[in-house]
Parts: sequence; structure tokens; C-alpha cells
Amino acid sequence: MNLQFPKEKIDRIKARYGDAIEEVVIEKVDVPVFYIRKDKIVDFLSSIRIEDGMEYDFLADLTAYDDNPPASIPEYGLGNVVRSGGSHRFCVVYQLFSLKFLDRIRIKVRVKEDEECPSMVPLWKGANWLEREVYDLYGIRFTGHPNMTRIMLDQRWVGYPQRKDYPIKKYQRFEGSSTLESLGLEEHPRHNPLEEVNSVSAASPLGQRTADRSNLKGPRT
Amino acid sequence: MSNINTGLQPPRKTDQFEEDDKDIFENSQMLINIGPQHPATHGTLRIACRLNGEVVEESKSEIGYLHRGMEKLGEVKTYHKFIPYTDRLNYCSALQNNVAYVTTVEKLMGIEIPPRNVYIRTMICEMARIIDHIICVGINAFDLGAMTYFLLGFHQREEAYTLIESLCGSRLTTSYTRIGGLSGDLPENFLPRMKKWLDGVEKTFKELDKLLTNNRIWVDRTKGVGTFTAEQALAYSMTGPCLRASNVNIDLRRDRPYLAYKDLEFDVPVAKGGDVYDRYLVRLAEIFESVRILRQIVEKMPKGPIWADDKRVRIPDKERVYNSMESLIHHFKFFMEGFDVPAGEAYCPMEGPNGEMGFYIISRGGPKAYRLRIRAPSFFMFQPVDEMIKGENIADVIAVIGSVNIIAGELDR
Repeated sequence: MNLQFPKEKIDRIKARYGDAIEEVVIEKVDVPVFYIRKDKIVDFLSSIRIEDGMEYDFLADLTAYDDNPPASIPEYGLGNVVRSGGSHRFCVVYQLFSLKFLDRIRIKVRVKEDEECPSMVPLWKGANWLEREVYDLYGIRFTGHPNMTRIMLDQRWVGYPQRKDYPIKKYQRFEGSSTLESLGLEEHPRHNPLEEVNSVSAASPLGQRTADRSNLKGPRT
Repeated sequence: MSNINTGLQPPRKTDQFEEDDKDIFENSQMLINIGPQHPATHGTLRIACRLNGEVVEESKSEIGYLHRGMEKLGEVKTYHKFIPYTDRLNYCSALQNNVAYVTTVEKLMGIEIPPRNVYIRTMICEMARIIDHIICVGINAFDLGAMTYFLLGFHQREEAYTLIESLCGSRLTTSYTRIGGLSGDLPENFLPRMKKWLDGVEKTFKELDKLLTNNRIWVDRTKGVGTFTAEQALAYSMTGPCLRASNVNIDLRRDRPYLAYKDLEFDVPVAKGGDVYDRYLVRLAEIFESVRILRQIVEKMPKGPIWADDKRVRIPDKERVYNSMESLIHHFKFFMEGFDVPAGEAYCPMEGPNGEMGFYIISRGGPKAYRLRIRAPSFFMFQPVDEMIKGENIADVIAVIGSVNIIAGELDR
């Protein structure tokens, strides 16, 4: 089990960055969580990264989660949906590690559905793909990111799968490779993927299979 | 991908070839596409390189070919049902993923596991490390033409899988751990066989060390290739052997001891160069260190129960399930409904074979995780590959990909 987080450090961070902190949550089993205001997050992270006695200079992880899913979500195909309350929709999570003091800290930023979050690529180059992944799966855009495109899914994908209102089984079929197309190596006509899934031609065996799947009522889990 | 300057000319008609011949030599830029199906990528990933002669001028990598939505699945499966999915992350070190996952859930539930279980988990983590390193250095050498190294190393890997098979019944996808326990105790005669295997590994890798480490061809192909400084490696959040090869002395086993590591003696090998050769040296040294750790574990293995004394997670014994109605109901409800995990969140990083491996679980009560994030080292290793191979020869791209040990299962999740 991990060592306990020093309490005086929490007080120090609270005193030093009082105006940037929205809330501090002391987890029973893990490191403390600092909720930081979105407009202060760049200042906070770039300062705590070099400040004496803190030096949280290693970005161990960057991720997000759907904190407040909308009230009108389908019944099936979802995980447990518990809303935390508040006007925001997402939380962006930064897991920081101090190479000097060998301890960890967790920073969270609350983001509304139509809001953008500042990009951390100027501080850590490694944030590039992590933010692309968050954008791909949650649809949170990052201001100042050099290449805000999808990373796991096809560029033509519609919707953001990790959101709680995205069904666990939803098929989107694409023809050809968008990568090759963007390189000018092959040409493929653009499809509207939603239209393709919905208007299935019963004659094609592939289309038949898609049609059968779309009639299923959610997973058995 | 859209802004890559390919330098490619549009396809020419056949009769134009002769007069355009000299153009080929004038414009020597060329686009080479490695993957997604290629023997040297060891998984489905793609690197498109723009070459000038043989030198890579620019490259773009693309991932996502093995994206199965593991994190989404973690939100709809109960905590127990997710254990087999962890095998499919880094399938070369499935045991390590099993341990990392169940430890996080146990941390959320506040379960203390008994010492014998702690030692068995430490042991399987180190076995996974040896297997993973054998694969990495073996395949890296194989890609560059050293086939003997690969074959001799893989013999020891097969021996390890035979041991693991007697442990949990399967060779690759182990699912050995349970929340609060293990699927079974060590089989009879396991530790003596382990000792024999360790002797074999040590003997083989001492031989292979003589064979390859000072081999002129190997050194020429790997020294100074794919060099990464400590600053670059830290900016990209690299961890594990690749970070230590760039002269950063960080190892979570020593610095943030978990499991039984604080009772065990071992050194952390660090190299200075940060190139493919140094990554090979660090991995080779770690194999010997793991052998040393495993020898101590074999000596120290405590006796006692393997299950935590906690009614919430204890799986009922088969003997009772078959003979009493209450146990059968308990067993049925346990697996069909799962058990409640108290609200909270935990991130429990461990030093996996490739680097920091951890699960970040947010629970809001109930038998399923609210959010399950997998912090997989390969994702962080593959991102800087574009920067590593810039200015290298096209043949060295294969050496670099092999040395950072990308496993597509945990890269795409």
C-alpha cells in the first residue's frame, strides 16, 4: 500500500493557491484531490511544477470522466449512472508525480459541455495524445492544442463513445481508410455514417447483418 | 494525418515513364508506410515515414486498430468480470495487469491481503517482468537478424509459461488473481520447479549476454540509434526501462514500495545513453535482478491462507457450493450481482515491465465502476517514437520500435 500524503503539504498548497482552488477533497484511501478553477489551471500547474518543496513535474496521466450525465439517457447499455451534481458536465483529471519527493497529487478541473479546457502541451509534450484521446472519447476540446483530431476512432466517427449517454452497442461502419485518403493514395467517396447504418440494403449480406444487430435491445449484461 | 507532406507525385501513365526517369533521382523523397500489418510492428499500428534517400525526414504514427473500448467495458461489467479483460491489455505480462487491477479494487474496499498472497503476487509480477523482457530483447534482436538469441530466449519463456499453466490453467491469458485472493494456491512442487527455471534463465542469459552484448554488428546497429535525453523522456512521461536507459533513476518498486518489495533486496539498473543499446542493457540487467528477487521470494515464501478474511469478497468454496443450498445461493448472487464497492477513487500505480502501470477507478457505490481508466505505459512510449526516428535510417526505425516494446493491446485498450 502507498504511503500517506503529508498533511502539511495540503495546508501549504491551500495557503499558497487559495484563489485558484475551488475545493479540496481528502480521499480516505488515496492522495488528496484539488479542484482548480478552469481559468487558473495553466498558472497553477506551471507554478506547482517548479515551486520549491512541491515540484510536481511529471505528468503521470491525463484523463476525464462524465461527471454529470444528462437526465434523459436511454435505459440500457450503460454503466451505473450517478450524478454528482453541479452545473458542469465533465471533470478533467491530471495525475501528477514529483520526481524529487516521490509523491503524487491529483488535480481536477470541472468543464461544462460546450466549454473548452486549456491545453497542457506547452508544459508537457506528452499531453498531446492524451488530450486527443480525451477529445476522441469525451468530446472535450482543448484550447491551443496543435492537432485536435480523433486518435483511436475513425475521423468520420459521430459522437463520443465514453460519454454515459452513448450506448454500449452502437455500430458505425466506414468504407475505405480515411488515413490513406488524406495521404492522397486512394480515393473514396465520403459517407454520412449515420445514414449508412440506418438505411440498410437487405440485399447485401453485410447490410443484413447490420440490420439484425440494430434490432437488438441492448446487451445482456 | 491530413497535413503530412508526402512529396508523392500523382500516378503516371506508362508511356511517360522514360522521359520522367531522371525525375526519380532528382526528387528522391518517398513515402513508406509501415503497418498496420507488418511483421516488425508486433501489433497493429501504423507509421508513415517520408524518406529522403534512406533518412526519415518526417513521420506520423497512427493508432487505434486494436481499440476495443476497454474503459467503457469497465463501466458496464462488475468488478470481478473485468479481471479477464486485464489479461488482454499487455498480453506479454498478463499477471502484472491482474495484480495491478485487483490491488486497486482492494485499496478502494480497504482489504488487507495475507502475507502469503502478497509474496505470490510479488512473485508473479517478477515472472511477468522476465517474460516481457525476454520478448522485448528477443524480438528486438530478431528484427535485426540475431535469430539465435530469439530462439534461446524463447525457450525460457515457454518454460515460464509451463510454470504459469500449472499455476492457473492457462498460459497466456492468466486471470490468476481474485479480489481479496487468488484463484488457487501454489501447486505442489512449484517452488523447486521455479528454482530450476531460475537457474535455466540465469544460465541462458549469461550465455546470450556473451553472444550479443559485445557483438560488433549488434553494437553498430543499436548504439546511438533512437537517442532520447532525460529531458525529452520526461516531457513525454516515459516510464520504466526506457526512462532508466535515459539516466533517470526512478523505479516505483524501490521508491514507492508496494507488495513485498520493501523486504527484498535488488538494484535498479540505470544507463546513460538513452539509445536502443542502452534500453537493451537495462532490460538485460533487469532480468538478472528479477532472478535475484525471485530467489529471495522462493526462500522467504510464508505459509498461511491466500484469502483475505473479508466476507464481502470471499468466493465460497466449491465443496460447500455443491453440498449446501445457502452456499449455492451465495455463489450465484456473488457472481451474478457482484459486490458493493464503497464510493471513492483510487489510483494504484505499479512498476510494470514496460513502466508505470495503473488503474484509476472511480466508484460511486454499487457493483460496477463509475469510471475505469487504464494508465498503460505503451501509450506513453509510442508517442515519442516520431521524434526518436527523425533523422535515422529507415532500417533503424524497426530497431527503435522494438526497443520501446509497444504492445498494441495496451496501446489502444
